[in-house]
Amino acid sequence: MPETFRIQVNGVEHSVTADGDTPLLYVLRNDLGLNGPKFGCGLEQCGACTAIVGAEAIRTCVFPLSAVGSAPVVTLEGLGTVEEPHPLQKAFIAEQAAQCGYCINGMIMTAKALLDRNPRPTRTEIRQALARNLCRCGTHLRIVRAIENAAKGAVP
Amino acid sequence: MRPGSNARRTGRTYSRRQFGQAAAGIVLFFSMRPGAILGQSAPGGLPADLKANRRLDSWLRINAEGNIEVFTGKVELGQGNLTALAQIAAEELDVAFERVRMRPVDTSHSPDESYTAGSASIQAGGSALGYAAANARAILLELAAAKLGVPIGSLTVDDGVISSSGAANRVTYWQLASETPLARNAGNDVPLKSTSKYRIVGTSVPRLDIPAKLTGGEAYVQDMRVPGMLFGRVVRPPSYGARLSAFDDTAVKALPGVVSVVRDGRFLGVVARREEQALAARAVLQRAATWTTRSELPDDARLAHFLRASTDARVTTVSSRSPGPNTPQAVKTLTGNYFKPYVAHASIGPSCALAAVSDRILTVWSHTQGPYQLRIDLAKATGLALDNIRVIHAQGSGCYGHNGADDVALDAALLSRAVDGAPVKVQWMRDDEFGWEPFGSAMAMTVQAKLAGDGSIVDWQYDLWSDSFNMRPGLPGGVNLLAAWHLAQPFQATPPSEIPLPSGGADRNAVPYYDFPSQRITEHFLPTLPIRVSALRSLGAFGNAFAVESFMDELAETVGADPVEYRLRHLRDDRAKAVIRAVADRAHWQPGAKGDGTRGRGISFLRYESVKTYVALVADIVVDRTAGVIRVERMTAAADAGLIVTPDGISNQIEGSIIQGTSWALKEAVRFDRERITSRDWASYPILSFPEVPEIDIVLLNRPDLPSLGAGEAALPPVPAAIANAFFNATGKRLRDLPFGRDRVKAALT
Repeated sequence: MPETFRIQVNGVEHSVTADGDTPLLYVLRNDLGLNGPKFGCGLEQCGACTAIVGAEAIRTCVFPLSAVGSAPVVTLEGLGTVEEPHPLQKAFIAEQAAQCGYCINGMIMTAKALLDRNPRPTRTEIRQALARNLCRCGTHLRIVRAIENAAKGAVP
Repeated sequence: MRPGSNARRTGRTYSRRQFGQAAAGIVLFFSMRPGAILGQSAPGGLPADLKANRRLDSWLRINAEGNIEVFTGKVELGQGNLTALAQIAAEELDVAFERVRMRPVDTSHSPDESYTAGSASIQAGGSALGYAAANARAILLELAAAKLGVPIGSLTVDDGVISSSGAANRVTYWQLASETPLARNAGNDVPLKSTSKYRIVGTSVPRLDIPAKLTGGEAYVQDMRVPGMLFGRVVRPPSYGARLSAFDDTAVKALPGVVSVVRDGRFLGVVARREEQALAARAVLQRAATWTTRSELPDDARLAHFLRASTDARVTTVSSRSPGPNTPQAVKTLTGNYFKPYVAHASIGPSCALAAVSDRILTVWSHTQGPYQLRIDLAKATGLALDNIRVIHAQGSGCYGHNGADDVALDAALLSRAVDGAPVKVQWMRDDEFGWEPFGSAMAMTVQAKLAGDGSIVDWQYDLWSDSFNMRPGLPGGVNLLAAWHLAQPFQATPPSEIPLPSGGADRNAVPYYDFPSQRITEHFLPTLPIRVSALRSLGAFGNAFAVESFMDELAETVGADPVEYRLRHLRDDRAKAVIRAVADRAHWQPGAKGDGTRGRGISFLRYESVKTYVALVADIVVDRTAGVIRVERMTAAADAGLIVTPDGISNQIEGSIIQGTSWALKEAVRFDRERITSRDWASYPILSFPEVPEIDIVLLNRPDLPSLGAGEAALPPVPAAIANAFFNATGKRLRDLPFGRDRVKAALT
C-alpha cells in the first residue's frame, strides 16, 4: 500500500507517496525528476544507479524507499552544476572521462564516497573502489586519472 | 530531455596543451603531399552523403542571433562524433566553434545519412558537412561582395564577420542570414579550406555532450519526461522459439497502477502509471504466461565444430591470386584453426524509447543508429505510412552496434497504441537486453600457409565460417524488429546477406593486408543458424584479425624471424610499415626477446577494412599459471587515421577499443543451453573490471594532408592476437580459441 515518506535529497526535504518497497531509484528519477542515477541492471551489479545515502555509496536500484529514513541522500545533481561543477565533475570534464557517459553517475558517486573516507587514495585503491562499477565504452583509465586529479586538487 | 531540446553546452574551451597532456601518448605529424583535402572521397565529385541530400538548408541554417544550426544525419552514440562534426562546420564556415548548434537527427527534416556505423561519421559525414559548409560560405561571400561593392577575392572572414581591404564597411553572416539562399543544391566547384589554415580541426575541443552527462542534465532518452507519460515493460518468451501455451492476465490487470495489458500473439507488455508499478506488473505477467520451449540451439561446447559442419553454407571465394612464374617453391606447410564465440553488445543502459501518437503522427524518440531505417521497419510493422511516422534521435547508452535500440522503439510504439497514443516510455530490463539483443556472430577460421626456403609466405589459404553481421532494420524483404516476429500476424526477418568488400561483414578484413604471391580467401556463409545476430563493433574483423595476426606470429616463429620484421617483410604500404615501426619504437621492442614463462609481449597489426585506419598494437602481459589468468599490463598502440580532426577524440576511441577488445578477448562469450540464452546478467556475462584494465600508451601519426579515415573501431580487432602472441612469447603455447578464460589458459599450459 502506498504511504507517504519524508526524505531529504540534495539538502531539500521531499514528501513522496509510494509503496515502501519501491526502489529508491524510481523515486529519485520519477518523483523528484533527477537524471543522475540511472537504471542499468536492477541487480546491484553495475553501479549506474549509485547515490550516497548517509555516508555510503548505495545501489538505489535495490534500495527500498522505506529504508532511507532520516539519512540524507545525495545524487549527482547534489554535487554541482554545469556552471559550478564539483571538483570531481570538473576533473571528469577536464579528462573528458566519458564516452557514452551512462555509467559515469556511478563512477562519480562511488568516487565521492571513496574520497570522503580516504582523501588521498592510491591508484590501486581507486581501481579497487570501482571494481564493482561497470563501464562498457572503455573509459576506465580517464576515470581513474580524473579521480586522482580531483584527490590531488590538481584540476585547473 | 524535452522533445527537440538540445544538449546543454558550455562556453569553456581548453587549450590543446591541456588535452595533449591529458591524452595518453603523443601525436606525430607526417606530411606526404600537399593539397589533399578533408575526406575528399571522389575527385571532382560531391561526397556521397551530400549527393544524396544536396539541398544546403538540409545541412545548415544561419541565424540572425549569431549562431549556426547544423543538421547532420549522423547520431551521437557516445563516440563524440557530433563535436568533431561541429569542428568541421565551424572550420569551413570560419566561425567560432561556440556558434555551432548540433541538432539531433529528426526524420522530419534532417539529411538521411543512413546508419551511424562503420567508423564513417567523419570520413563520410564529415566530408559531406564540410562541403555543405564551404558552399554556404561561398554564397555568403557572394552576397557580401555585392553589398560591399568589392571583388569576392578581396574578402576575408573572421568569426562570421566579412570584411575587405578595399571597403571600409563590414557585413556579418548574421546580418545576411535572412537573405542567404541556402534553399539550393550544393555545387562541387567550391574549394575546401587548405589544411594549413585549419584553426579548429586538429585541436582537441571538449565534447559538447559531456558537461550535461556529468551533472545530471537531461542527456538521454531515458531522461525524457512528457506530460501524461506512462511506463511500459515487455515480457519476452524464455527462448527464441517458445510458444505461448497458456495466458491469464486477470491478476495483472488487478494490480495498482496498471493501465493496459497487451497481448498480440506472443508479444506481451504492460503499461502502468508509475515505473515501479510497471515492473511489478511485468513480474506478475511473467508468471501468468506458460511457455512451451524446445531444443533449438547448438551445443555451446562444440560450437566451432557446429559452424564448420554446417551443410547450409553458401560458399564464395572472397579473393584469389595465383602464383606468378617467379614465385619461389614452397618447402613447408602450416595450418591453424581459430574460433570466436558469440559476443554481446552488453550496453550498460538497457535499450529505451519513448513513443506517442499525436495528430495521427507516431513520434518515436530513439537511440537507434539509423533513424530513417528504423522508420522504414516501423512503418511495415505498424501498417502506418512513412509520412505518419517521425523518428527523432535521443541519446542512449553506448551501443557499439545493433543492440536492442530499434526493437524497443517498436515495443514503445505498440504499447502507446494500446493506450490510445498516450506517451509511453519503455526501457528493457537487464535480462531482456542480454536474452534478446542480436549478438556479434560466432566465427571459425582455418589458415594454411606455404613457406619458401627463405621463410617468406608464398601461399595463403583461408577459410571462414560465420553468419550475418547485418540484420539491421530498413533492409528489403522483411522486418528486422523483434516484436514484429512475435505478433499474431508475424513478420519475417530479412534474408541474411553479406556486405560487399572492402567493408565486408563476416569477411571484413578476411583478406590479409599483407602481400602474398598466391592466396585464396573462402567464406562459408551460414544464414540459417538459430541464434539472433547482427552488427557488433568491427563485425567479422575481430575474428579475422585474430586468426591472421596470430598465424603471422606463428609463421614468424617457425622460420626464426622477429614478428615485427616478418610483418614488415610482407607489407608494401609505407603507412602500414610506419605504424608498425612506430609502435615498436614506442614500446622499445627488442627483436628476439623471449618471455620468462609468465611475462611476454606480442604485436599485431590491422588496416581496418583494408581502406581505413592503420593500427599496430604491442601487448605486455603477465600469466598467472596456477590460476590460469592472463593479466594485460600494458597496451601500446600506434595509429594512422589520416588527418586527425580531434586528437583527444581519437585517443578516447582507441583507448575504448583496446579495453573493450581486451574484455572480449579475455572474458566474453554468450552462453546458452540447448533451449535458451543463459547469459542474462553481468554475473553470467562478466566484462573487464577496473582492476583488470591495462595501462595504455598511444602514438597518433597525424597526416594533415591526407583524408580522415574511420577510426572508431580500428583498434579493436588487433587486440586478441596481440594478447595471444604475448602469451606465446611468455609460455611457448598458442591460444587459438576465444575467449582466453581460465579453462583455456590452463589447458594450453598442460
